[in-house]
Amino acid sequence: MTPLLSVRDVSKSYGQRIGCTEASFDLYPGEVMGIVGESGSGKSTLLNCLAGHLEPDRGEVIFDTRSDGPRDTLRMSEPERRMLARTDWAFVHQNPRDGLRMAVSAGGNVGERLMAVGARHYGKIRDGAIDWLGRVEIDESRIDDRPRAFSGGMQQRLQIARNLVTGPRLVFMDEPTGGLDVSVQARLLDLLRGLVREMGLSAIIVTHDLAVVRLLADRLMVMKSGRVVETGLTDQVLDDPQHPYTQLLVSSVLQV
Amino acid sequence: MNDYNFAYLDEQTKRMIRRAILKGVAIPGYQVPFASREMPMPYGWGTGGVQVSAACLTPEDTLKVIDQGADDTTNAVSIRKFFETTAGVATTEHTRGATVIQTRHRIPEEPLTEDQILVYQVPIPEPLRFLEPRETETRKMHALEDYGLMHVKLYEDIARHGAIATSYAYPVKVEDRYVMDPSPIPKFDNPKLESAAIQLFGAGREQRIYAIPPHTRVVSLDFEDHPFEPTKADAACDLCGAEHTYLDEVIIDDAGGRMFVCSDTDYCAQRQAAGHHGRLSPEDAA
Repeated sequence: MTPLLSVRDVSKSYGQRIGCTEASFDLYPGEVMGIVGESGSGKSTLLNCLAGHLEPDRGEVIFDTRSDGPRDTLRMSEPERRMLARTDWAFVHQNPRDGLRMAVSAGGNVGERLMAVGARHYGKIRDGAIDWLGRVEIDESRIDDRPRAFSGGMQQRLQIARNLVTGPRLVFMDEPTGGLDVSVQARLLDLLRGLVREMGLSAIIVTHDLAVVRLLADRLMVMKSGRVVETGLTDQVLDDPQHPYTQLLVSSVLQV
Repeated sequence: MNDYNFAYLDEQTKRMIRRAILKGVAIPGYQVPFASREMPMPYGWGTGGVQVSAACLTPEDTLKVIDQGADDTTNAVSIRKFFETTAGVATTEHTRGATVIQTRHRIPEEPLTEDQILVYQVPIPEPLRFLEPRETETRKMHALEDYGLMHVKLYEDIARHGAIATSYAYPVKVEDRYVMDPSPIPKFDNPKLESAAIQLFGAGREQRIYAIPPHTRVVSLDFEDHPFEPTKADAACDLCGAEHTYLDEVIIDDAGGRMFVCSDTDYCAQRQAAGHHGRLSPEDAA
């Protein structure tokens, strides 16, 4: 089986400081990978390198494209990479304000990706938007409201709808539940888990919240100071941590 | 004779502007940066258009200046006087008699010919500006033909108003490549952008020049189920009776009285001279 995403030795440094270094892994179709670590451990840097937002200093990010099979996305031309970013990829930001257009209605936000890939039929774009708002549990009557009028949880769900409307195969998520209260988090996780299973999505989730990866991720990668210190199946890593840092991380979680 | 160099600008500046114009003509719809000069008028009064006109004028030219369709409003009168003083060129109010026409927010009703130049004053040349505030990003979007965002604006119009409510500065795609802001002309004028005349756009404050060469394909953006529609007031001109021209609405008393008149004053005057009259024409005029 060809991996959907194959990461080889990706490194990025900010001058003298290391952002992330020598990260390598394979992600198979339908698999959800969690990246955990404390603030500043390089997990966001790695995610941004993979998603093409940052240019890594070294390494390869090979994506199995629909048309020509595995390609190194770092060596693609900018138009190709942008096309990939709005068809096969999705990026869910921690702060929905980064991922949404706050001055554009919910329907327009969801429809943007459709229009960017060439949809030019208003009725169909709107139907697509209504369908997706329903799937993320936003009432159809809110379609013409701006995201400003939405609660934090709704904004995050809207961002997810906007990203998934073109049927991507790989979703990057940067702390998707950060800044939400626990009950809203639970609903969002439930929703995400459903969508991931239903659509057969592959996903890379960056988070510092171990509960999130326990629920969503099949596999786990633990990062510290820009390096991957431990990888394995989620339950294995969380229940039987090997690296001292992972042990510390797991034992730091408050038990209620 | 006066102490100004011909058409106010010095020759080097005019050469620089002409180079930008040539580049603009070579890449229809592409915004060419140029070193806009301080002009003896405030930004927003047509400094871009004036510089382009100055670079195009020759002593043999006849200049016409339009302000919102009219030849007799402040902007038109001032710019006409400016070039009468600094270039000593002949001026006219007749579209047909002019070789260079500088315009603000209208295209003349009279079809233009191949030996005419139409110069537009442009306040904001970037059609994506209010959707994407970063210039670096909009340039990249133009370079990569990444124009999905433009349709988001039209989508928002339909979602909010039931129809595409953008009625001026309606975005167009030039020669299947660049999305362009046609300056704030009413969308009624958009079909006239496919013209025999060469059309030059100058934005002074924003320091951009762009162009549409003669007979270039210019398509107004729309949706399949909401096609582009040039709109105008649903009335006839009250002075010349024309039903096919763009109309201004004028309030004439404080009791709800109003009249519609052609926005193109020259066209209206010529029709009246030819014996056409409308609802409010003076009795003895015919």
